[in-house]
Amino acid sequence: MSELIRMEGIDKAFPGVQALSQCRFELKTGEVHALVGENGAGKSTMMKILTGVYTKDAGSIFLKGKEIEVKNPRAAQELGINIIHQELNLCQHLTVAQNIFIGRESRVGKLFLNDKANEAKAKEILDMMNIDINPRARVSSLTVARQQMVEIAKALSFNADVLIMDEPTAALTDSEIVELFRIINDLRAKGVGIVYISHRMDELKKISDRITVMRDGTYVDTVNTKDVEIKQIISMMVGRQIYVEGHAKNTDKSQPLVLEVKNLNSGRQIKNVSFDLHKGEILGFAGLMGAGRTEVARAIFGADKYDSGDIFINGKQVHIKSPQDAVAHGIGYLSEDRKRYGVALGLDVATNTVMASMSNFSNKIGWIDDEAIQKQTDKMVAAMSTKTPNNKQRVKNLSGGNQQKVIIGKWLTRDCDILIFDEPTRGIDVGAKGEIYKLLNELADAGKSIIMISSELPEILRMSHRICVMCEGRLTGVLSAQEATQESIMHFATMRETMEQADAEHNNQGETK
Amino acid sequence: MSAKSIAKGGRINADTMQKFLAFSSLVLLYIIFSVVTPNFFSLNNTIDIMRASAVQGVLALGGTFVIITGGIDLSLGTVMTFSSVIMGILVADMGVPVWLGLIACIVTGALCGLTNGFFIAKMKIPPFIATLGMMMITRGLSLATTGANNKYFTDYPGFRLIANGSVTDSVVKAINPSWSIPIPNAVLILFGMAILGHIILTKTVFGRYTFAMGSNEEATRLSGVNTAAWKMGVYTLCGAFTGVAGILMASRLNSAQVAQGAGMELDAFAAVVIGGTSMSGGEGTILGTIIGALLMNVLLNGLRISMIPQEWQWVATGAIVIFAVYMDIVRRRKRG
Repeated sequence: MSELIRMEGIDKAFPGVQALSQCRFELKTGEVHALVGENGAGKSTMMKILTGVYTKDAGSIFLKGKEIEVKNPRAAQELGINIIHQELNLCQHLTVAQNIFIGRESRVGKLFLNDKANEAKAKEILDMMNIDINPRARVSSLTVARQQMVEIAKALSFNADVLIMDEPTAALTDSEIVELFRIINDLRAKGVGIVYISHRMDELKKISDRITVMRDGTYVDTVNTKDVEIKQIISMMVGRQIYVEGHAKNTDKSQPLVLEVKNLNSGRQIKNVSFDLHKGEILGFAGLMGAGRTEVARAIFGADKYDSGDIFINGKQVHIKSPQDAVAHGIGYLSEDRKRYGVALGLDVATNTVMASMSNFSNKIGWIDDEAIQKQTDKMVAAMSTKTPNNKQRVKNLSGGNQQKVIIGKWLTRDCDILIFDEPTRGIDVGAKGEIYKLLNELADAGKSIIMISSELPEILRMSHRICVMCEGRLTGVLSAQEATQESIMHFATMRETMEQADAEHNNQGETK
Repeated sequence: MSAKSIAKGGRINADTMQKFLAFSSLVLLYIIFSVVTPNFFSLNNTIDIMRASAVQGVLALGGTFVIITGGIDLSLGTVMTFSSVIMGILVADMGVPVWLGLIACIVTGALCGLTNGFFIAKMKIPPFIATLGMMMITRGLSLATTGANNKYFTDYPGFRLIANGSVTDSVVKAINPSWSIPIPNAVLILFGMAILGHIILTKTVFGRYTFAMGSNEEATRLSGVNTAAWKMGVYTLCGAFTGVAGILMASRLNSAQVAQGAGMELDAFAAVVIGGTSMSGGEGTILGTIIGALLMNVLLNGLRISMIPQEWQWVATGAIVIFAVYMDIVRRRKRG
């Protein structure tokens, strides 16, 4: 293993903020080097300097011992430094091959495209990666995981020596992650240096050789992965010891039922799902990506139509046809995709806080009581210790954790009794995660009933009083906090209908549900 | 903390910058024409400019609401004409009282807006297409309902005073006959509508949801807001404003001209974007729109008085629109 990249004494200031001071980073050939830190620690800025998106104020970058200047992203690519962003940058309407070679297409003469040559070259790269994707498939027809592989193929087509991956597993299911790790391992064996940015500590432990920790724009330390425990890394990141692992308490069955869902069906996405929710309960929804958990949540919330099923709130049947109806019945939904479905990024904290309860802050003719809005916003900001300079701050300038708090504030302002959290901590850094967990527990203690959808098993296990597990649109199991383990959840999460039928036929007995 | 407040200060500066830029361009343009062109700087010409801004300005006010939701209304110009044509038929042909005709004009505009809103919000037809259709339909209806004959209000001497008279002048003349403040009613109506628009946009739930839908419609819907209904409301309001513009236009010409109006929506959009309203929605102000409308008319008037031919006036307005939007993009980029 020889040195590939060395960054030293890197400084970078933005107007009013010192983003990086005296930072360093080092990458060897054939190494997976994880770069971790809370949001705002400076990881992205560091990598944007390495890939020529930003220019550094001070410091030097060496590639294989030779000092380089990376003037722009194109220059970085020519030097063999490639980045795969968290948000994929593919043209959805073009094919795989067209995407891989966009801007560098093989041509016949100067004007005409040579699609055959492009497709052949794309196939070569995909074969090398051992993945079975048709170069002529439209990118929009691929799953997110496969699209990511196309991005990797695109990076490799530049003869990448350095591959930077920003949160590559954020949108992947467990089996897809296994596939991704296989590809990463292959690349590592071929001598590619990989920078791996992730919030998921368990993954770092599995895939990385070394870990560099950053905090508040400064370099903290670089350690060998096998020498440290996750807890140590986390405390290095936050500069303090944080949350304690532990099991949630069991459901208090003496509490009344606030929500009952019976035989909910919607096309192929929701198949005969029934469950109930007690007052003050945190009901976890576990399952692989695409299991239908979000669909169930959206159906209950009236965001999507469903085919059949009965919903009871506080024992009374309700007919929810729109989010409006759901909100009127005291249900709040916190989407997994905050930026698209949760907040209005361009509007300020106060407006977002009262978005669901405008009628409480205005009179009959629709005149807004701004003073009351500010008061309520102050109250919510204080209650959740949301970090914002003031109520007029645009939500897009807040970190993910604080955006989530604004959304929670929105539903608390509406006084909802049933809160559906869809991936409440996605994209939120470790420190803020702990705060969100604390908040969820407090809400449950205060008598709110919570449905929490999460793809992170540790999160499910830590928070849920009871766990519903889904697989391919069906509810395959319900576990109490006591009996739930990673293994038992995965067992139900992978219990496919066809497997069940095969089992049933084999045992010559009825299907279990 | 201090770092944060500096960053925030920078943002506010960039924000006010745009408004300041539009306003200072207006003042600068006015000064330049005053110096360069001898006939430009006079009370009469200034009033002319404002009078010319009135119809376009009222259209632009309605358009501001629609554009803030992230939509567009291509039917502004022809709906304006159609509304005034309906008024013409009612008043000039059928002898309906003028006041009822005025209401009918506004209601017609509002109904066209409601129809737009229905197809956009309920039927999910893209605003560009729905309002393009409405543009063609109302253009056709204006001709069809009148047999392509203009309607004249010459039998109603008071009608032309709605836009061309001056309440302020009458009032001060009543106090002292030698005084004069000849601000045309059209201009007073424009400012009145602007104040009304500003209040609706900044002080009411309606205005707040207008911004919210433009910023993130799905998040707004998932907050339990009936976005379809509010959106129909926005297009209806825009239509009502269009009806008011129709009254001003008809009164100014003392007739309902069946063939004009098409293309005026584009001038109105130009005013809106010069005023800093984002075509992608979620941002915008009424004050900006008024400044935009005045700026365009100062430019046109100045060029006309300078004997610059019509075709070059168009070239100049086009350049201004592109420049204004470019400045807006620069501002956004700075803000990050």
